[in-house]
Amino acid sequence: MTSGRLANLLPPIAFGLAVLAVWEAGVRLLHVPAIILPPPSAIAMRLAASVPTLAADFNQTIRGVLAGYAIGSLAGFVIAVLIDRSQFLQRGLMPIGNLVSALPIVGIAPIMVMWFGFDWQSKAAVVVVMTFFPMLVNAVAGLSSAGAMERDLMKTYGADYWQTLLALRLPVAMPFIFNALKINTTLAMIGAIVAEFFGTPIVGMGFRISTEVGRLQIDMVWATIVVAAITGSLFYALVAGVERRVTFWHPSYRAKEA
Amino acid sequence: MKSALPITTVVLAILAVWYVAAALMNAQLQRDLFANAGRTHYSTQELIAGSLNMERPKLPAPHQVAGELYKLVFLTPPTSKRSLVYHGAITLEETLIGFAIGSALGIGLAVLIVSMRWLDRSMMPWIVASQTVPIIALAPMIVVILNQFNITGIAPKAAIAAYLSFFPVTVGMVKGFRSPEPLQLDLMRTYSATRAQTFLKLRAPASAPFFFASMKVAAAAALVGAVVAEVTKSEDGGLGARLLAGSYYGQTVQIWAALFVAAALSAALVGAIGVVGRIAQRRMAFPS
Repeated sequence: MTSGRLANLLPPIAFGLAVLAVWEAGVRLLHVPAIILPPPSAIAMRLAASVPTLAADFNQTIRGVLAGYAIGSLAGFVIAVLIDRSQFLQRGLMPIGNLVSALPIVGIAPIMVMWFGFDWQSKAAVVVVMTFFPMLVNAVAGLSSAGAMERDLMKTYGADYWQTLLALRLPVAMPFIFNALKINTTLAMIGAIVAEFFGTPIVGMGFRISTEVGRLQIDMVWATIVVAAITGSLFYALVAGVERRVTFWHPSYRAKEA
Repeated sequence: MKSALPITTVVLAILAVWYVAAALMNAQLQRDLFANAGRTHYSTQELIAGSLNMERPKLPAPHQVAGELYKLVFLTPPTSKRSLVYHGAITLEETLIGFAIGSALGIGLAVLIVSMRWLDRSMMPWIVASQTVPIIALAPMIVVILNQFNITGIAPKAAIAAYLSFFPVTVGMVKGFRSPEPLQLDLMRTYSATRAQTFLKLRAPASAPFFFASMKVAAAAALVGAVVAEVTKSEDGGLGARLLAGSYYGQTVQIWAALFVAAALSAALVGAIGVVGRIAQRRMAFPS
């Protein structure tokens, strides 16, 4: 790590530590009851003491997240490639896709729990629906983002539809597709956790949060939230890392390397 | 409207798929119903008609949802606890209050971040990172904590709606305030404009497209926050409470009706912001 990057990291780390210190001191000095806000040290201790429970919850929830994320994103991408050749379908589907992206889709969770049962499959189903439309909208926009000049060049090479798609339009669409993949990491976590509020077997992060809130074990709720936050950030960082590798040619990355 | 025909076609196709899916998914239930009633002979037509008009179907047919919506929105008095107008109004109120507070706080923080360098460097990474965290997981806890302070009713849900709409507004507005190009900023400097003048005359107007885009995201997020908060504290009503009640009692038609009202509210809010945004940006001579 260069000293420049270290200097960039220092202020946010200092700020985070300051928030934790104020939190800890404030809770202790003002005698805030642990039911309202436990101090960070208590949360850390609870986290360390309940690793097996939290690991089981993580294991349960991540299945719904990953399965739904993979199926939903892939389906959105495939449909985008399929409707790409039809102006008619695009004009019909895009406004609807944009509309659905703004709807409170997590509301379908109770329906999916009825259809697919209490286990992770119903959570995956919610995540599929939530991640499908952002990918569809972004992939269609990405596929149409290749310039007329480049397309003409492909035509002069005598490239057919598939060659143009693979050699020109898909690579150009990659920043859009990764944008959707990044949005979908958060949506997948939200979908799986909220769907667990509607019913699960007795394991899972959403289940843990809603039951421990009921039992007023707020430190355990915070410990679960810490796990969810770290999982969400790592998932996002992983996709962003792959994006850097795949779209290394994009100006937003090239500028930084120079 | 060039898109009217394609959109109508796609909507009709969706309805057709929905009917077929409803018939297929409910067929087994309907066969069981016939078997329980002692009927062994029935035509395919009867089976399909039965599966599309069940009391508690796996997937209600579109006309059933439409009928339920009509009954609960227009025929039920709005004061009744069954009326979706009653519950929709609760959700809308929470959403709007939360949206207003969340956006105001988000814009305020964005102004601070843009004008103070140390805040930008220390806080912005956390705010960006918070976008990758499923912050909605905090919703049940916020309800309980506010409950300890005797804050009940609409306030806790509005708080969650505010909190969900806060982050996207902050991120969007920081981007918006930073959108003027170096050339324009230099021009302000040659006018020897103060920082406040640069902000009011250049940064604030330039952020308009980002403002309306953030407002759309914030309104949709606030509604999701309100609905999820209602699920965790369902005794005060609201569309989320109807979803939960429907899932407890297997009232699928009721769940779908509540979902459609929530979707309509969200679409109406986002659509209204879009219209205002388009008019405002045209007046401000933004290229559309």
